[in-house]
Amino acid sequence: MARITLNGRPIETADGALMIDVAKEAGIHIPHYCYHPALGNPGNCRMCLVEVQGAPKLQPACRLKAVDGMVVRTDSPAVQAAQAGALELHLVNHPLDCPVCDQSGECGLQDYYMTIGRYKSGVAEDKRHMAKRKPIGPHVMLDQERCLWCTRCTRFLANVVKTAELGIFGRGHGQVVDLAPGKVLDNPYSGNVVDICPVGALTDRDFRYKVRAWYLESVDSVCPGCSRGCGVQVHTSTKRPWHNEGRRVARLKPRYNPEVNGHWICDEGRYSYKTLDQDRLGKVLRLRPAPAGLSAVGTELSWDAAWKEIAGRAGELMADKGAGGLAVIASGALSNEDWRSFKKLFVDSWKVVQFLFAPEPDQVGPEDSLLRRKEKVPNLKGGEALGFGTEFRSMSWDALARSIEAGRIWGLYVVDRDVAGVWGPAAAGLLGRLDFVVFQGPFKGGTGDLAHYRLPSTAYVEEEGSFTNFEGRLQRYAKALAPLGAALPDWEIFEGILARHRAGKGEAL
Amino acid sequence: MIITRHFDEPKLHELETYRKLGGYEGLSKALAMKPAEITEEVRKSNLRGLGGAGFPAAAKWGTVPPADKVPGPRYVVGNCDESEPGCFRDRVHVERAPHQVLEGLLIAAYAIGAKDAFIFIRGEYGRPHRALQTAVKEARAARLIGDDILGRGFSCDVMLMRGGGTYISGLDTALLESMEGKKSWPRQPPPFPTNYGLMGFPTLVHNVATLAMLPHIAARGGEWFAKIGTPKSGGTMIYSVSGHVEKPGVYEFPMGTPLRAIIEAAGGVAGGRGLKAVIPGGTSTPPLSADDLDLPMDFDSVRGKGSFLGAGGIIVLDETADMVEVVRLIIEFLSHESCGQCTPCREGSVWTERILERMLEGAGRPGDPANLERVAGNVTGRTICALGDTVGIVLKAYLKKFPEEFAALAGRNESVMRQEATANG
Ligand SMILES: Cc1cc2nc3c(=O)[nH]c(=O)nc-3n(C[C@H](O)[C@H](O)[C@H](O)COP(=O)(O)O)c2cc1C
Ligand code: SF4
Ligand code: SF4
Repeated sequence: MARITLNGRPIETADGALMIDVAKEAGIHIPHYCYHPALGNPGNCRMCLVEVQGAPKLQPACRLKAVDGMVVRTDSPAVQAAQAGALELHLVNHPLDCPVCDQSGECGLQDYYMTIGRYKSGVAEDKRHMAKRKPIGPHVMLDQERCLWCTRCTRFLANVVKTAELGIFGRGHGQVVDLAPGKVLDNPYSGNVVDICPVGALTDRDFRYKVRAWYLESVDSVCPGCSRGCGVQVHTSTKRPWHNEGRRVARLKPRYNPEVNGHWICDEGRYSYKTLDQDRLGKVLRLRPAPAGLSAVGTELSWDAAWKEIAGRAGELMADKGAGGLAVIASGALSNEDWRSFKKLFVDSWKVVQFLFAPEPDQVGPEDSLLRRKEKVPNLKGGEALGFGTEFRSMSWDALARSIEAGRIWGLYVVDRDVAGVWGPAAAGLLGRLDFVVFQGPFKGGTGDLAHYRLPSTAYVEEEGSFTNFEGRLQRYAKALAPLGAALPDWEIFEGILARHRAGKGEAL
Repeated sequence: MIITRHFDEPKLHELETYRKLGGYEGLSKALAMKPAEITEEVRKSNLRGLGGAGFPAAAKWGTVPPADKVPGPRYVVGNCDESEPGCFRDRVHVERAPHQVLEGLLIAAYAIGAKDAFIFIRGEYGRPHRALQTAVKEARAARLIGDDILGRGFSCDVMLMRGGGTYISGLDTALLESMEGKKSWPRQPPPFPTNYGLMGFPTLVHNVATLAMLPHIAARGGEWFAKIGTPKSGGTMIYSVSGHVEKPGVYEFPMGTPLRAIIEAAGGVAGGRGLKAVIPGGTSTPPLSADDLDLPMDFDSVRGKGSFLGAGGIIVLDETADMVEVVRLIIEFLSHESCGQCTPCREGSVWTERILERMLEGAGRPGDPANLERVAGNVTGRTICALGDTVGIVLKAYLKKFPEEFAALAGRNESVMRQEATANG
């Protein structure tokens, strides 16, 4: 325990805690570029100099360890002058091309100039020139002129991902950040360097020139890309649809969560938003399944009509052929709320016994020791908590196909899963044998034309809910956008059918 | 004269000659003593580090943690990176008397219990490197390096390493990074190398001239050595004297010898011209004035004049020297050699270099001297290592000592500014 005095305020903190963290905890922001809580404190930017009573020189707060009795000022004239001086030196050779810089609006140089700078420039010399737009990987663009040499990117790549694609080459004012010979910045976490770069030296090739940062709105969410469930912020651009090629989500950014993802997310998750507005379903349709290769012919229904028809038709068939002939395909893409209504409808009411929700083969992918998990859906655990995977076992795709071929299955309810993606061209034939096929999901995929009923559901950014990650951690996500068309959350669709089913039974009885 | 005494002996670099003249007797004596006894002699000798900082050698040895506290190997590194403009004595030294350096290195290794010792040689120093290579071979053959040295049970190997040819590699922590195969970006102490050095183990880094004093201290005692110098700086200082003198070269004088005597030994100011300033310790040390000639040359006295004895690189500047050009050359060097790691040094050096360049090209502005002063202030004391400090300290010193010369260049500007305004309008 160390009792220190910070800007005149007595503060108790752990012995040896870094002053920059102690101050942050106390609500005092000390300017810095190179320090990053997950990447260490090289102390090279010299922006965080503070005054320590008794010390002959100002000390970098990112390397200053709290000791009992220490008296520190972060707001004295000497400190302010030093910090402004360090900022000025960062800007001497900076190109100041803010008007055409993608970082504008969220740049460390701009921000500090407005808070601690506001000096009149003393620079009358020409600036140094270096490479302005160098693609260094599939996702990242490098502008060497804007770099501050804070070494955050090189430290992240060397110490976190351990791939070390970037280095600082040359010496002194002639040095450049660049790719190491023969390397390309294409590791599965490359996008993070854009987030940690405090300036516009590393920008996102996908986001570049799409939307100005200040036009974005941000909502806290959870990445549905795998069962880790990394914290993300969904940055949307809805007021200026001409800005982002019409896409409503402009980017995903990691949201710090020490328990789940720390400061990072993987590229797969980060760029998953790109397809969010593509191939979307918005209409409730009764379909006449099409011959292979053609679009189904559909009749638009109201939700109420669709629910009534589906409840009625399923009820008839179950009475006629038994519930054992109805199979339901779902996945860990369902939220906890969805799973609850899913169980009410299919297990408690319809007594379905044939389920398929195992992620193989279409919902599995690469995993590693940093973040990525093999199961590419966010909420298998939420289903497990209700018995899906324990009490109710998942059948295999092969077994299901055999059952259909053997005529043991008369109906299929598919929730947000592309059957055609798994079965390939055989899917149309298999589904064509069935009396009753419902397809429900946000995306049409290859299955959307093979059903008798097609129900549009919301993407995760259009609903609120919660996922339970592979470690059993329950995480809420908020709604960032309005649903497209008539889309409803999956749980609401299940509840709608359930209500009509009960009403129907009541009438019948 | 202690270490340069036999420099004119033509074959001093050969082991046979070196031994004939008393070489390796100091090592022999040292190995007969306990390590603690040698440290005690060094303490009595008042030997100070000759690489620049003048830190008392024994005090530095004292910070090497005892083996029971920090187990594992210890290392000694002889620093022969010598890259500061005006400094060339280490080159002459290792070319002429490489065995003297090796002998000192082995004594230091014995004193702190190191079994591996290194000499780090400036990248561009080809001849000195070859001289040391030959000397190491000879010494190894004569069982002066390796196992059971002189049959006294002490074993120590010596390895030579060459730098990448950067000034910053001479700074101890950057030197260690370079030895580890990394870019020589200085570490930020604490911890200091004697605690956390090469590969993280306690490492003693000394300038090769400091090491070369050890055989003589071991042979003749610390008190003898102390008596040669001043009460706080024992023994002698080795100078590289250059600039406007008749006989530039390497000179050795007892600590405390007046500057005048050193310049006179070097033949006085060239061409009998008047003296303007003297850089006492290499270009990173502020200049002394012409009327400082009676200053006793030792670490503390030079410090009293606002400068440093540094590594003894005396540069004599006569009345014809343009001091703005002199400081521009120094800043150009520092900006070229800044490792680039920390912002104030990297940017402050190149910015001030450009301002000075512009002034000398005749495009000075009225605010230039004040701006230089201000930027120097934003660099001094704000950087990771002393190279950055040097930028600020040296600039400020020249601005303060020769304000008229800066003002003269800043004065030409008004018209230039007007011209610019017209051109832009
Ligand atoms: C920029 C810079 C360059 C240096 N270069 C050298 C050098 O070339 N040789 C040297 O002996 N010391 C050099 N030093 C000093 C070393 O860091 C270190 O203090 C010295 O080697 C210790 O030796 P000593 O105790 O014998 O003085 C340099 C220091 C700085 C800041
Ligand atoms: S590219 Fe960005 S993160 Fe990397 S060193 Fe430069 S400023 Fe820092
Ligand atoms: S002061 Fe200069 S030389 Fe020293 S670490 Fe900083 S940039 Fe490198």
